[in-house]
Amino acid sequence: MAKRQRNTALFQKELVNEALVQSFVKLNPRIMFRNPVMFTVEIGTAVMLYVTVYSMMSKDTSEGSVGYNFSIFVILFLTLLFANFAEAIAEARGKAQANSLRKTREETPAKKIIANEIKVVSSSSLIKGDVFICETGDIIPTDGEIIEGIATIDESAITGESAPVIRESGGDKSSVTGGTKVLSDKIKVQVTTEPGESFLDKMIALVEGASRQKTPNEIALTILLAGFTLIFTIVCVTLKFYADYAHTSITIAAYISLFVCLIPTTIGGLLSAIGIAGMDRALRANVITKSGKAVETAGDLDVLLLDKTGTITIGNRKATNFYPSVGVDNEKFIADCVLSSLSDETPEGKSIVELAKSQGAKTQATDALLKDARFVKFSAETRSSGIDISNGVRIRKGAFDAIKNLCEKAGNQLHRDMEVKVKEIASNGGTPLVVSENEKVVGVIELQDIIKPGISERFERLRKMGVKTVMVTGDNPLTAKYIAGKAGVDDFIAEAKPEDKMNYIKKEQKLGKLVAMMGDGTNDAPALAQADVGVAMNSGTQAAKEAGNMVDLDNDPTKLIEIVEIGKQLLMTRGTLTTFSIANDVAKYFAIVPALFITSIPALQALNIMHLHSPASAILSAVIFNAIIIPMLIPLALKGVTYKPIGASALLQRNLFIYGGGGVLIPFIGIKLIDMAVAFFI
Amino acid sequence: MKTHLLPAIKLTLVCILFFSGAYTLVVWGIGQVVAPNHGKGEIISYGNANGNSKYGFTNIGQTFTADKYFWSRPSAVGYNAAGSGASNKGPTNAEYLAQVQARIDTFMIHNPAVKKSDIPVEMVTASGSGLDPDISFQAAKIQVPRISKIRNRSEKELYDLIDKIKEGPLFGLLGPGKVNVLKLNIALDNLK
Amino acid sequence: MNSELLGVILMFVLTLALAIPFGKYIAKVYEGEKSLLDFFAPLENFFFRISGIDAKKEMNWKESMVALLTINLVWFLFAMFILMNQGWLPMNPDHNPSMSSDLAFNTAISFLVNCNLQDYSGETGATYLSQLVCFTFLQFVSAATGLAAAAVVFNALKARTTKDLGNFYNYFIKSLTRILLPISVVVAILFMMNGMPMTFDGKNTISSLQGGTDTVSVSTGPVAAMIPIKHLGTNGGGFFGVNSAHPFENPNYFTNIIEMIIQLLIPMAMVFALGYYLRKKKFAWMIFGVMTLGFLCLVIPNMIMEQHGNPAIAKMGVDMSAGAMEGKEVRFGTPASAYWSIVTTVISTGSVNSFHDSFMPLSGMNEMLAMMVNAFYGGCGVGILNFFIFIIIAVFISGLMVGRTPEFLGKKIEAREMKIAVVVTLLSALLIKGGTALASYWFAANPVTHAGWLNNPGFHGFSEMLYQYTSSNANNGSGFEGLGDNTPFWNITAGFVMILGRFLPIIGPVAIAGILANKKYIPESAGTLKTDTVTFGVMIFAVIFIVTALSYFPALVLGPIAEYFSMIH
Repeated sequence: MAKRQRNTALFQKELVNEALVQSFVKLNPRIMFRNPVMFTVEIGTAVMLYVTVYSMMSKDTSEGSVGYNFSIFVILFLTLLFANFAEAIAEARGKAQANSLRKTREETPAKKIIANEIKVVSSSSLIKGDVFICETGDIIPTDGEIIEGIATIDESAITGESAPVIRESGGDKSSVTGGTKVLSDKIKVQVTTEPGESFLDKMIALVEGASRQKTPNEIALTILLAGFTLIFTIVCVTLKFYADYAHTSITIAAYISLFVCLIPTTIGGLLSAIGIAGMDRALRANVITKSGKAVETAGDLDVLLLDKTGTITIGNRKATNFYPSVGVDNEKFIADCVLSSLSDETPEGKSIVELAKSQGAKTQATDALLKDARFVKFSAETRSSGIDISNGVRIRKGAFDAIKNLCEKAGNQLHRDMEVKVKEIASNGGTPLVVSENEKVVGVIELQDIIKPGISERFERLRKMGVKTVMVTGDNPLTAKYIAGKAGVDDFIAEAKPEDKMNYIKKEQKLGKLVAMMGDGTNDAPALAQADVGVAMNSGTQAAKEAGNMVDLDNDPTKLIEIVEIGKQLLMTRGTLTTFSIANDVAKYFAIVPALFITSIPALQALNIMHLHSPASAILSAVIFNAIIIPMLIPLALKGVTYKPIGASALLQRNLFIYGGGGVLIPFIGIKLIDMAVAFFI
Repeated sequence: MKTHLLPAIKLTLVCILFFSGAYTLVVWGIGQVVAPNHGKGEIISYGNANGNSKYGFTNIGQTFTADKYFWSRPSAVGYNAAGSGASNKGPTNAEYLAQVQARIDTFMIHNPAVKKSDIPVEMVTASGSGLDPDISFQAAKIQVPRISKIRNRSEKELYDLIDKIKEGPLFGLLGPGKVNVLKLNIALDNLK
Repeated sequence: MNSELLGVILMFVLTLALAIPFGKYIAKVYEGEKSLLDFFAPLENFFFRISGIDAKKEMNWKESMVALLTINLVWFLFAMFILMNQGWLPMNPDHNPSMSSDLAFNTAISFLVNCNLQDYSGETGATYLSQLVCFTFLQFVSAATGLAAAAVVFNALKARTTKDLGNFYNYFIKSLTRILLPISVVVAILFMMNGMPMTFDGKNTISSLQGGTDTVSVSTGPVAAMIPIKHLGTNGGGFFGVNSAHPFENPNYFTNIIEMIIQLLIPMAMVFALGYYLRKKKFAWMIFGVMTLGFLCLVIPNMIMEQHGNPAIAKMGVDMSAGAMEGKEVRFGTPASAYWSIVTTVISTGSVNSFHDSFMPLSGMNEMLAMMVNAFYGGCGVGILNFFIFIIIAVFISGLMVGRTPEFLGKKIEAREMKIAVVVTLLSALLIKGGTALASYWFAANPVTHAGWLNNPGFHGFSEMLYQYTSSNANNGSGFEGLGDNTPFWNITAGFVMILGRFLPIIGPVAIAGILANKKYIPESAGTLKTDTVTFGVMIFAVIFIVTALSYFPALVLGPIAEYFSMIH
């Protein structure tokens, strides 16, 4: 599997350049206003600019020297740029990622059918409802649904998966994606989206600032941060009056520095970058989300509905054993099985032939018999398939009930041991396939599901995150239970009909749980819509994709695990950086507060526990630290805090220790070091 | 709000009757039985003057500044039991510290035999109520030489008196010991 | 062991030993389960019948708050009337005058909001009628108001989705009859046996022993009825000017122990009551742990600093073994006084047995910090409400830190709840700092006119102003009493601070709880952050530290901290 090259370097040259330009564009107060914390910094910066200019013009040094004021102004200005840069680089990365997906589909010629004639037009001119055809070697110009034909398609441009997939009209595999390539055959496709409205377009809009809406948690956090900002506004404003009482004069630069240092600029500056980076990470995992909220919700999931086939087990069942009925020769039975399966193109049929071969059965001898033989295809009515050989022998294989009926109708009683065997197979998680010859049962083939390697570890990981996994299968309860136990899922829905999924989701939601499911078929659509997180396979029908709130380009059913982690990371990164940002205030206080009062109250020198060089250097160091911590944390904001499924309390302990404890200590060290450097210049 | 106003007014009236009226009367009634002096405050009598019996409240401290009496603590309100009060002086208040220094000096003048480091701090600081009835054992003891001289009593006799009047910690276990100055001085006057 | 230290330890241990079973009892009362004092039911029904209240009608949080505010308004108007007319009303043997309007405003509010700031002095400023009908009455009902609000929140935090949060009047009356009244009567008896006066006679005139014919007036009064509820309801408003330092209001070490225990009893018991009510005992112990840690962090330094005494006096060469005795009584001693100073400030009592203005600078700071937090046990009922706000903020930040939308007791914490929590937090910062800034400005602008404000110069003077607003906002009522606070400026500004500092921090938490109650209940899973763990306790403590210490640090630096460093220099 050759995965598409992913850009993992955090800072690529062209992205950085674009972000630098954006950092200045975003200084526009109207854009800045969206972020209350940084907006107040911008006001502070403007005031400092005024103070600097004033002290330059008037030669009045009561507010400090021009150089000092200018330095503070520059540092504050840099703080703003750093915060903007963080947001801009996150946007640039997201856009670059999306663009690399979009590039493949731009300006592809499309063979549009107009009044039964084929006309080649540009893909961008296609509108919803148009019909076009694609033949071998064509790039599919836009998203659509196959209305006629079947084709093998290379979707590697989108998914990175090199194995071609089959898409056909009708059913659940009818959807094609723009940018993918038809490898064989010819299909007629109807366009399903207006230009600029495909999921990819929506996703790109989400990572771009314009239409990015704040998620609920982000709003709540913004309120908290605004609250802190207001508290520190009160601290700084009232301090002026306290200082008057104490006959201490404090410069405007010192007030603004204190204020900017105290308000949570670190998280304030990185907040939107964290949100965008979360979407970007989802995109890098080849998941297109329709809203930021969906990613956030994913972090809260309680229940995960997974289809058995393809998710828990490797696509298809395999024959594992032949059990002839009493009095039937083993070789004869195997020969019958092979006969009935040679022309059976289903994976199960193939696996029967394979198993027979591996047990030494000779298939050549049967070739003669196959001449003029008539295959009986599987039908829902008979629930069996088989072959009528020219010598009059009728071989059938199918579900136990079906074959039993068939035989009993012909007046042949079933041997008791067969019934026992069938039950035994089912209770071991296998599927019994009963074989009859001329309406007499000759034996049973055991088909087994093959559980994907490593899947139970993944479920264990989910369990530690607090997510319950539920397997959905059409199997009977006995088989389902066996597989559920073996794969390590917490619950299963057996003999599931489409509405069972829906009911299960509703039941869990009634208990207050958040449910996610993956699906691809049209009949999954209601359940996808009902689920809190509905992930539609990219290969699924248009209806399914519309109903869900995420689309997985890889069609990988275990992708939900990654999505859950991305959601959790997103919240964690916000939480930990908030803690870090606020914990920083302790050290900043010890830098700035003594500096404000030392000249008039020398006794407060005792609070200068970092032994900073001078009041001016102390204030400068604190502001510089406050500014440079933002770019230093950009990598963390973009990559996200590592999630470890170790239980919520342990996780809190760990993060509290690292980001809370670190948040208290690091600035003490940082400010002291900066002060030592600043002291050289003062 | 309208729907709640009338019930609120009625409820208020009933509550006043019950929690101010009935409750207080019940407590007062019980007090007539269980409290010393029918709830009028514990009193202690100290003889007759001009035909009237003189008494004070055991718990309410009085001014004692004469050399012949054991002094009580400084009071910010001069032991005015109709207007209790503390000095409310801050620990770094220069004016206050000068006042403390002056009290130490006064004490030293009146008690020349006492070493300065033996003067307990409570004898030079004002109490919280301004009516503190007590002093510590040590504060009583260091005054003995002065009183012994003035009253011509042996120091031993006075020390014994203090031992008789002093109260130890509650249940012998909890809190500080103390000497009630009023009781001590009454006993002093009554020494035969 | 030193008997004074032993006394303090005993006070704490006894309080805890009583608070645990009492908490269980309180939970039963609010749940409406059978309990010891069910014989009060006919009396309660009588109250409801006369007032025309259906005590079984369920109310939502808004209705509860409207009922609470309405009845508080009635009390306020009633108190204003009594105080402004007490001079001519009966039960005034000492002929004390009526209060001025600004003083009556301040006094009425201060008792209404459980603050008991007392800008007047008991002996000369209030008549027996005011003491009983106004103060004692409000001490009962304001405590019951806090308890009833807490009961609404308890009910709201139960795991289900509902709007119905019980009946406010029912909680209110039961708080009175089943919790406050019985203990008050028992305690009053103990007090009277120890010599606390209970009389309607006026001042006594006695001759002092030394003075010969000099006479001294001694104020007495119906003290023993007021002092139990003053402490039990964390009111703190004393009968006399010097509060529980007065020998009549706190005659000996035994009464001191009782006063100490009963003021801490309900605040502590409410934590355990919450645990029993929600069937989450471990959660209650976590809260208790955080509160106790905070309490010890304040009380231990205070006891050490006060025992150490004033270094400036030590320099003069006297025997400092009694500690810092300025403003303290011999019968209580320094350790018990220092212990009291923090107990009375962590909870919102504000009664004093020694004078905080004369405490060492950093002891004074700890008293202020205790009130700034106002949730280490906290006031009668309202302490747990204040703590609830800190829990919400802590849950929010830690929920994010573990990568899950924050939830508390199965309910999601979202933008609306955060908004309320932030507003409540913001409010106290604004009231305390804004008020102090206003006073500083006023004082600095007219230092001569307002010279009477401050009893102490410099940093300590600043502390006096800061303390006043801190105490008002926390509805504490203790003071750096050197502040000349009976002026229109102080009466009115502190009045507004008290009223805002009372009702918004009640409405806020009740609103949050009410909104949460109405939300969908999410069962716990392995990903849910457990709120009854040590780790979460540390988180709450950190939040309290950050919100409080950080936002008040500059103010404290200019007051007590500057004073401290100047003192040791």
